[in-house]
Amino acid sequence: MSPDHLAPVKTAKQPVRFRAVGFNPRANPLAAWGSFVVLIILWQIGCSTGFISELAMPSPVAVAKSLWQLIVSGDLWVHLAASGQRLAVGWVLGTVAGLAVGFLVGMFSWARSPGVALVSALFPIPKIALLPLFIIWFGIGEPSKFATIGFGVFFPTVINTFGAVDNVARNLIRMGQSFDMSTWSIVRKIILPGALPTILSGFRISSSIAIILLVAAEMIGAQYGIGALILSAGSLYQTDQLIAGVVVLSVFGLAISWLLGRLDKWLLGWR
Amino acid sequence: MRLEISGVCHRYDQVEALRDINLTIEPGEIVALIGPSGCGKSTLLSIIGGLLKPSEGKISASGAVPDGCLNPLTYVFQDFALLPWRTVAGNISLVLEDHKLSKAERAARIDEVLEQTGLADFRNAFPKQLSGGMKQRVGIARALAVRPAVLLMDEPLSALDAQTRILLLDEFSALFARTGMTAVYVTHNLNEAVRLAHRVVALRRRPGTIKEIHTIDVPIDQRREGDPLIVAHETALWELIRDEAIAADKELENVA
Repeated sequence: MSPDHLAPVKTAKQPVRFRAVGFNPRANPLAAWGSFVVLIILWQIGCSTGFISELAMPSPVAVAKSLWQLIVSGDLWVHLAASGQRLAVGWVLGTVAGLAVGFLVGMFSWARSPGVALVSALFPIPKIALLPLFIIWFGIGEPSKFATIGFGVFFPTVINTFGAVDNVARNLIRMGQSFDMSTWSIVRKIILPGALPTILSGFRISSSIAIILLVAAEMIGAQYGIGALILSAGSLYQTDQLIAGVVVLSVFGLAISWLLGRLDKWLLGWR
Repeated sequence: MRLEISGVCHRYDQVEALRDINLTIEPGEIVALIGPSGCGKSTLLSIIGGLLKPSEGKISASGAVPDGCLNPLTYVFQDFALLPWRTVAGNISLVLEDHKLSKAERAARIDEVLEQTGLADFRNAFPKQLSGGMKQRVGIARALAVRPAVLLMDEPLSALDAQTRILLLDEFSALFARTGMTAVYVTHNLNEAVRLAHRVVALRRRPGTIKEIHTIDVPIDQRREGDPLIVAHETALWELIRDEAIAADKELENVA
């Protein structure tokens, strides 16, 4: 006689429930675009019904009109060209210098501690606070804006780059040494490609920093540029033009991110 | 090439990893280093090839190297150490590019070792596309491309599944028998040691010292899986290191 709880229980056959549900978000490009469309439609409805006052927020139609005006008058291209040039020169200067210093800090003991100390001390300074200084050093024109963007990009690039170099698999470097590869070959063929994925993802951060500093610098002293456009529209309470400027910035940022995505695909095809 | 290990000691901070190792590896000889984890066998292999500076003692090499030898002491790594951004052929090319070889010579060497290791059809594949066994074949091909005098193999089969291990073990044994290669082979797998080595060096742990050198005088290409003679050698080796293995198993990490 066996106790009850040991007796075989006879019940109907039941399927085992699938339990590993969720925690696996997937991309849906349609929903991505759809979210923009829905937002703009709601915004327009809000403006048309008077729920959102015209003063607080111009309607999408007004913004589109203002954008169109900027395009046909040709002003947009003047502003875009000025901003694009500042961004490109400033970002390239900061990135090249940052990569060079980052590699030194990542590879050599003599550069490591001084480099890390200086970068840690100077990185948190908002570069825009130094703009007056840059104007004294480099003049009121373009060079001071290049410097603001360049310095802003430089520090995060150094930090990201030496982290990237640190994280290159040591076993690969040892392999290179065990085959008597020259230091230069190891840097070029093992460390550089090994650090590249992290360096490229750092570009996304440094390019957003560059855009923020670009607008800030242009708001302080520039005749042309998206930042100048937004500032002048704001001071006249032309909110439709202000929002148009912001839309241009957002598209600008998206375009850069798309370009970096292409660069990723091209350089990191092996992943 | 003859390798002489004389009076090698090594310490990591407080821990004495190796004490007074003396060993000579004769040309054409396969020497296996066995022992439980923590006995310093991988440390010793790194010292032999000049990747680690011993606290005391030295390694000297003497004798002829093969024709066209570019890197006398060449490693095969447990984790393969392949560049993921280079193809199979590119990974082999990597170790030839720093040497004065004409393009044609380099291409010829790559073709030759790919042929030898059965990788000819995989030359344009990237490492991530390959199975573990294929990755290690690339590691072997890369090592052979520099025509080494001594192969230094650091647990080359430890990262592979059991079936692949059997396949590669046969290939290694054929390679050693065919080429008369000199090699130092680190493993914790006694079966690999008795299949491949002329002499098996059993290490004791903490500090790592040579416990016994066990000679197996059956020609390598005549050793078969399950052959009673080979099994007897394997059993003898297990008796030799059993206590060490038990001690290693019970030890806490970082307790010197």
